[in-house]
Amino acid sequence: MTTLVEALRLAALQEMKRDPRVWVLGEDVARGGLFGQYRGFLEKFGPDRVVSTPISEAVIMGAGLGAALVGTRPIIEMRIFDFVMCAMDELVNQIAKIRYMFGGQARPSLVVRMPHGLWRNSAAQHSQVLEAWFAHLPGVVVVAPSTPADAAGLLVSAIRSDDPVLFFDPKNLFGVEGEVPEVIEPIPFGRVRRVQSGNGLTIVSWSALMPAVQQAAAVLASRGIGAEILDLRCLWPWDQAAVVASARRTGRLLVAHEAVEVGGFGAEIIACVAEHAPGVKLARCGMPRVPLPFSPPLEEAIKVTPAKIVAAADRLLAR
Amino acid sequence: MNATTANAAHWLALHRSMCRIRAFEETALAAHQAGDIPGPLHVSIGQEAVAAGVCLNLRREDRITSNHRGHGHALAKGAGVAGMMEELHGRAGGHCGGKGGSMHIADFSVGMLGANGVVAGGIPIAVGAAQGLKLLGLDHIAVCFFGDGAINRGPFLEGLNWAALYRLPVLFVCEDNGVAAFTRAADVTAGPGVVARAAALGVPAVTVDGNDVGAVDAAAARLVAEVRGGAGPRLLHAQTYRHTGHTSTDAAAWRPADEVAAAKQGEPIARFEARLLAEGVATAAELAAVREDALAEMQAARAAAMAAPWPDPATAFSDVLGA
Ligand SMILES: Cc1ncc(C[n+]2csc(CCOP(=O)(O)OP(=O)(O)O)c2C)c(N)n1
Repeated sequence: MTTLVEALRLAALQEMKRDPRVWVLGEDVARGGLFGQYRGFLEKFGPDRVVSTPISEAVIMGAGLGAALVGTRPIIEMRIFDFVMCAMDELVNQIAKIRYMFGGQARPSLVVRMPHGLWRNSAAQHSQVLEAWFAHLPGVVVVAPSTPADAAGLLVSAIRSDDPVLFFDPKNLFGVEGEVPEVIEPIPFGRVRRVQSGNGLTIVSWSALMPAVQQAAAVLASRGIGAEILDLRCLWPWDQAAVVASARRTGRLLVAHEAVEVGGFGAEIIACVAEHAPGVKLARCGMPRVPLPFSPPLEEAIKVTPAKIVAAADRLLAR
Repeated sequence: MNATTANAAHWLALHRSMCRIRAFEETALAAHQAGDIPGPLHVSIGQEAVAAGVCLNLRREDRITSNHRGHGHALAKGAGVAGMMEELHGRAGGHCGGKGGSMHIADFSVGMLGANGVVAGGIPIAVGAAQGLKLLGLDHIAVCFFGDGAINRGPFLEGLNWAALYRLPVLFVCEDNGVAAFTRAADVTAGPGVVARAAALGVPAVTVDGNDVGAVDAAAARLVAEVRGGAGPRLLHAQTYRHTGHTSTDAAAWRPADEVAAAKQGEPIARFEARLLAEGVATAAELAAVREDALAEMQAARAAAMAAPWPDPATAFSDVLGA
């Protein structure tokens, strides 16, 4: 068994061994990174490929792009997702546009790693869940895995991709254990993982909320309701076909995400299913539109929990 | 230097301020290690002279902004201890009602406009506060605390240029503890450093021994007077040392033990106490009493915070918008 963060470490290690053009830049990465996700890399690959940078997020991002344009494959480490706000011009106006804007001349082959989500009461500037912003942004791939094997396989794909891949590391799941193959094969973008099959309703979720969804499904199962659970894994491209087919079959779709419900990616999924499978009963479950508070009872009050997912499922089943 | 009665009182205030910060930090660290304080915690043990030496030269109406390691700045500026300790413990009576925590402490009632979870995040805010104060015709100033790691972020350049351009009443304080998280600042900072960078942007800057509270105090007094007098922005570069790791869970084991030991030798409180004794400002017993009082104050605040009510979960939904 391997923890998720170790699986990510092994995936990056494998790819850096395989391809000398792959390198990593970000704060403290030469010391193994904030979460140990680059532990031992400096010793193996040296300071030219494992670059501890100044606290200069705009340049970390922009330099990663520049280095990609000349043929390297940088892993751009943002340390914690929230700091990408300091690099938004480089990400949104430059990286996401450069291939298109220059008529396909540019190849922004880079991965931006952003450990995101609620984590140890880290409050408003270290816990945000804003993946929907980036799903809205043309020109990038958006990946948000929840298991060690998925994280590793999708990171391998991300590193090998010629597109800019925004990789949302689920930092609250870094300690979750699972099997990871010796040789990590790439997992294609845009395919769901079917966590369990069921006929009562379909629940779609991703990233750090998956364990809560599975707990909620266990509660439903104890009452004789079988939930089909799909882990979306990628928000762009996303597996419309699998989601629509499952929703059509069960007749009910609940989308649950850790992010704020308003304008979340759940809204996109629901709208898509409403268009393509009219008649399916639809619901979503996310956080209220409130910044992340620090104090545990306040965080508990707004975060999505198994109980809230069960309640949302019950409302959907009652319709 | 001879201790006149007036500066003897000021020196004792500096000493007391440092002791209160130290006691607060040690108490908070223990509380975090006991699992009573959630979230990340960055303490400033070893850096007390900078907060005390600067803030004791400020008025209540002067504003400060701070960074993630901001307890000392807040305390020295006069933030209430009960509200700080409750905030760290996530309780309803915290300065931010439990919404902020250690990294987002603010006490606007004493001009403390907030710690910040984003490195260099406080620089533009301080510059703007100074601009607003100037616009209002007030002679209050803004002081901005940040670490040596912050000078590699864009807001440092943008903020200093702006402050110099508009001759704003802002004192920048670069608290240089030599490290940024787990990396030595020198390993990621090119050129001669923060003073030269400030000078290049038209902001006069001075370096002081940030573990010598007398030196910090003297430099701050002069720079604050210049800033308040309308001379434009100034920068104080205070060299100090972070005794602990980056956060309460980081042992900073990568630092050579002899380096840490040497730094602890020159730590600011003991050093200043030696001077106070030599100058006859206080007796050893008096100084020890100050330390003990400070510790008792903080431990009482911690006990009170532990007994204080958690916030009503309904308050999670308040303050999102003003209406
Ligand atoms: C924009 C941004 N990038 C990264 C971080 C993560 N981080 C928090 S503190 C820190 C080091 C800051 O060093 P310095 O400013 O010198 O302050 P010190 O911790 O030494 O007091 C880092 C990298 C952050 N909070 N904000």
